[in-house]
Amino acid sequence: MASPMRRPLSVRARLGVHLAGLLVLALLPPLLTLIGEPFYVTLATRMLILALAAVSLDLILGYGGMVSFGHAAFVGVGGYVTGILAHHAFMGEPLALFGLAVPGMNEALVVWPLAMAVSALAALVIGVLSLRTGGVHFIMITLAFAQMLYFLMVSLEAYGGDDGLMLWGRNTLAGADVLGNRTLFYYLCLGLLAAVLLALRRLVDSRFGLVLQGARQNERRMRALGFPVTRYRLAAFTLAGAIAGLAGALSVNHAEFASPTLLHWTHSGELLVIVILGGMGTLVGPVLGALAFVGLEEALSGLMEHWRVVFGPLLILVVLFARSGLHGWLIGRRPMGRTRP
Amino acid sequence: MLLFIEQVLNGLQLGVMLFLMASGLTLVFGIMGLINLAHGSLYMVGAYVAATVTLHTDSFLLGLAAALPAAAAVGAVIESGIMRRLYDRDHLDQVLATFGLILFFNDLMVILWGRQPLFMNVPEALSGTVELVPGAPYPIYRLVIIAVGLLVAVGLWALITKTRLGMRIRAGASDRETADALGVNIGLLYTGVFTLGAALAGLAGAMAGPLLAVEAGMGESILILTFVVVVIGGIGSVRGALAGAILVGLVDTLGRAFLPDVLRMVTDQATADGAGSSLAAMSIYILMAAVLVWRPKGLFPAHG
Repeated sequence: MASPMRRPLSVRARLGVHLAGLLVLALLPPLLTLIGEPFYVTLATRMLILALAAVSLDLILGYGGMVSFGHAAFVGVGGYVTGILAHHAFMGEPLALFGLAVPGMNEALVVWPLAMAVSALAALVIGVLSLRTGGVHFIMITLAFAQMLYFLMVSLEAYGGDDGLMLWGRNTLAGADVLGNRTLFYYLCLGLLAAVLLALRRLVDSRFGLVLQGARQNERRMRALGFPVTRYRLAAFTLAGAIAGLAGALSVNHAEFASPTLLHWTHSGELLVIVILGGMGTLVGPVLGALAFVGLEEALSGLMEHWRVVFGPLLILVVLFARSGLHGWLIGRRPMGRTRP
Repeated sequence: MLLFIEQVLNGLQLGVMLFLMASGLTLVFGIMGLINLAHGSLYMVGAYVAATVTLHTDSFLLGLAAALPAAAAVGAVIESGIMRRLYDRDHLDQVLATFGLILFFNDLMVILWGRQPLFMNVPEALSGTVELVPGAPYPIYRLVIIAVGLLVAVGLWALITKTRLGMRIRAGASDRETADALGVNIGLLYTGVFTLGAALAGLAGAMAGPLLAVEAGMGESILILTFVVVVIGGIGSVRGALAGAILVGLVDTLGRAFLPDVLRMVTDQATADGAGSSLAAMSIYILMAAVLVWRPKGLFPAHG
């Protein structure tokens, strides 16, 4: 199963590659405008948002060894918080919640942190229950809970139920209605993604991150050393949920539409695919994975209607023969340890 | 009261369907350590083949007779082509590869049969109703499904506990290497168990054909319910699969039928209907959460 892998690059060379990648992404909108394809800025924005969700999954999957098959649920919860608040802001009637009257809101600086908080809360509750088990139980349980939230959203008739919720425009940023600008929104997403990547890089190199990775490699030893492993995992799971919630808020702003398909289980599967395709446990890998996934989807669906009939077998081949992912192929690294038994 | 009996029977019928799926999934996991997301695709293959043959020959029995070997054959092919390479991999690899299989099969069905769902009629001989309790007519077809499911349960129990093959299956599950050293052909055994699970999924799909629309993606909704069943029952345990399946079938059906009414007693109608349908959709997941808090390994954890 060992695939040809480059020798790991030095830290400086690696930093150089990452900065070059960031530069390419930063120059993308003017380049696309120059060659007369500004439509692709929208596509690139979708890719960045997908990358943000995938990076958050990589924190728990690649570093924590938790195979969550329900990550799209947190994206969806964040998206629905954004959508529902915008809906009430437009209708001008407050949202009645457990006897509290929450006013509708359209301000990104308030709504997005709120979306992150609600997603984090959902992740906390689901995490407390799911982390009681491990291995294959964990996979099935996270999938099942995500499906529960999916059906919850479908049953919200007041917010479109099955059909989803149309927005009347994007959120405002500090009171200004500027997010409708395609290029500005792209740079905002890029900035957020870069900030999350930097923060998570520091986190995984910190004591917290080392405990998390230690628990993936040898849970019993970490317990013997006195670390409350489950609590560390739960913290990581909750944080990943919050970041996924931010991705959801961005995604709903991007599409100006919130629908239960955001939480659909195939999206959870796609996020896993993106992380593996890019290289798990690398943080930057999932960004490459998102790029490759969106590119492949775009190319294959342009060629044929039923592109999944090719994509599925391709995925099987990647799993069987190319586990190190794009990041390992481009930059090189040691193969990751196995996930939790 | 009559409505209640009817809904209990509906719940049982959903339960035995889930059991047909869950028994295969749990055996494959318990013995090979493989989590197979594509189990729902085998159900879908069964439904499509049964629907097509039935529509062409007007005979549901022929449809059923074609669906079982078709699903079993597809199962045998993917086992020897793909699954076999995954037994020693970690669960993440298994999830991804079988996810790839689902994408493949769903689009393949659309290519072969188109996006329009197929509809099957209930076979004529079974299309009537029967009054189990006076005043409550119940479709014969659904009763037959319940009977078939229970027969399969008894058959599986006998196979696993009473036969030499069952002994080998149990040996392979508890210690693969020792069984191998004692002369059990493990590779053949694994293919056999996988094929058996595939045939049961095909049977479930074929029987579901007259009750549901046969369409691409129909396997996934039942697959996720099956996961809930397996988690509740305990992974690897056929007994647990039966208990979990009946429990999930009953809770889901009764919840959908009666939760709004029950809530109406404590709150006003509009709130009760809204909250009731939401709660009913979530009821089995809440049940799963409760079982997990109480018994993280499921109701009947398998040994080893």
